[in-house]
Amino acid sequence: MTNGSVGTADEVQPLDGPAAADRRKVIVSLEHVTKIFDDAPAVDDLNLEIFEGEFFSLLGPSGCGKTTTLRMLGGFEEPTSGRILLGGKEVTYLAPYFRDVNTVFQSYALFPHLNVSENVAFGLRRQHISKSEISRRVSSMLEIVDLPDFERRRTDQLSGGQQQRVALARALVNEPTLLLLDEPMSALDAKLRHQMQIELKRIQTQVGITFLYVTHDQEEAMTMSDRLVVMRRGRIEGIGTPKDVYDNPSTEFVATFLGASNLLTGDIARSDGPISTINLVGGSTLSVPTSRLPEHRSSKTVKVGVRPEKISIINAASTAGPGQNVLRGRVRVSTFTGVGNQYLVEMANGADVTVYAQNIGQELVPRSGDEVLLTWPVEHTFAVRPMENDGVDESIDEGELS
Amino acid sequence: MSPTTTRRLDAPRRERSALSRRLGKFVLPTYSGLVIVYLVLPIAVMVVYSFNRVTSGLQLVSFAWNGFTFQWYKQWSSVPGLTSAFWLSIRLAVVSTIIATVLGTLLAIALVRYRSARFHGKGAIEQILFLNIAAPEIVMGASLLGIFVTFNVARGFVTLVLAHVMFSIAYVTVTVRARLSGFDRSLEEAAYDLGAKPLATFRLVTLPLIMPGVLAGALMAFAISIDDFVTSNFVSGSSAPFPVWVYGASRVGTPPQVFVFGTVIFGVGIVLAILSLGLSRKRS
Repeated sequence: MTNGSVGTADEVQPLDGPAAADRRKVIVSLEHVTKIFDDAPAVDDLNLEIFEGEFFSLLGPSGCGKTTTLRMLGGFEEPTSGRILLGGKEVTYLAPYFRDVNTVFQSYALFPHLNVSENVAFGLRRQHISKSEISRRVSSMLEIVDLPDFERRRTDQLSGGQQQRVALARALVNEPTLLLLDEPMSALDAKLRHQMQIELKRIQTQVGITFLYVTHDQEEAMTMSDRLVVMRRGRIEGIGTPKDVYDNPSTEFVATFLGASNLLTGDIARSDGPISTINLVGGSTLSVPTSRLPEHRSSKTVKVGVRPEKISIINAASTAGPGQNVLRGRVRVSTFTGVGNQYLVEMANGADVTVYAQNIGQELVPRSGDEVLLTWPVEHTFAVRPMENDGVDESIDEGELS
Repeated sequence: MSPTTTRRLDAPRRERSALSRRLGKFVLPTYSGLVIVYLVLPIAVMVVYSFNRVTSGLQLVSFAWNGFTFQWYKQWSSVPGLTSAFWLSIRLAVVSTIIATVLGTLLAIALVRYRSARFHGKGAIEQILFLNIAAPEIVMGASLLGIFVTFNVARGFVTLVLAHVMFSIAYVTVTVRARLSGFDRSLEEAAYDLGAKPLATFRLVTLPLIMPGVLAGALMAFAISIDDFVTSNFVSGSSAPFPVWVYGASRVGTPPQVFVFGTVIFGVGIVLAILSLGLSRKRS
């Protein structure tokens, strides 16, 4: 197990935007939640706080514990230890039917023997609400999810996207404190998925309910979330706004799972000023803001990272400006992708660096074999602790872009 | 091998397949027709002879065609023992079907839902269910009689119900279990999630969805009960249900009303089967 969890409660401090922590009410907290299945922890000492009205995502590869976390919040699994608080009240062992939480299931789980409006009204009928009130709320909710005039339809006559909207309406109509969404887009095709992402965000803004969204799709999570966590092996690897987590990944796993990163191994040479110096294997030197060095480092060895789109390719004979990191290399592969060019540049030490250059018509377009300089601003450089190599890494290949 | 030989070898094969295709056009329909006749003929005889006039003084079935009549339908209740035996069979089938369907459905749910770790004796119950279906009825009937005699239980309606429930449960369980095995558990989780407690979830989600299986099981239990002779003959005592009464009567001669009841039971059975087919089509 890694000790790289950075998600302790006091660290949950969004840096900017409307999600500033001091002004927002914590609606969900997980305190040291652990779930053990057959001696293996699926969720390992998880600490997490979610704020009211937030669109929050749990992101990670399959088996990272995100679905187990969602099921514990829904009441379908009990934690082995730890506490779950919802709206300030402990619900750790409360049955799902007593929780003010509703779920959009991965399979939608629409009742096949009920029509659309009966499905949506199911939760309201469990409460003591008058028939006229129920039908009013059902139709207004069907309008919100853009399915008016579908009330009498049978659920098997609906398309995948429509079924998903019904599932969403059925959960939202109860106005829960927290809405759980368990990979609801996984059954939709790519085009519909993009459409539903925007739609879902619109609905969430309109109803103002806290959404907890579980997904393995990093793009989906970044598109919709106010904040997200990246999970791996039952632990939190990174937490924050999509921009924070993307620009300043806290671990090697986050750097490669969320988007693509170039990671170069090196040793910290100097870290007393605001800018630290790192000697790469093979001789080059890079500068990293000291605030972006990993916090708990056990050795001097780190991996210096930079996102492929942050790098500029310049002529080998020119010189870079101040405040820039510079690496010399030879273009190995040059690919035109329409919106841009993708280069694979080989460093002197044999490591490959990927560069995405936008197709804006004014940049140097080197061919393979050309000697070039790679430059990028020091503030776009980060450093992470090297991931312990224990042979069971999921979806990460060293030196390759995910 | 020269190309000529190849062609010669090929030619008869092509011819044979054409022949078999031509044969297939009438072999299968003929075969199907024969099967239908084989299965339907006995029933047709019963239906036809329920309309046969009887010319002899004794009002018993004869298999010479004496002319068409509605007489036996008009006088359906004129054989006293037969009518009461018929109503006994109906009551017996209804009561035992209800009990067997409830117990069998609950058993099926338990068998599908619980792993052996939580459900001790699950394996044993599955074996016994199979045994119950496979065991010769004469064995079960005889042993039941032995038990009732040993414990001095008076034979009558109660012993009949006990026996019929016993041999119907397995059929209900097997039918319902088949329906349940493809059941999406997330539907029940969705119901819990929407505030339905376990009992409400069963009533509003689980039961409606497995209803086709439950009804099919009930139908089977009813059909098995209403025509059971072997076990009933052992445990009926003095109150003979319809098949036992008919068997007793046939040694002297069968009153034509037996065919009337048989035809009515068959008609009701057909209607129920069609209804259940339509229902399961609608559900799935």
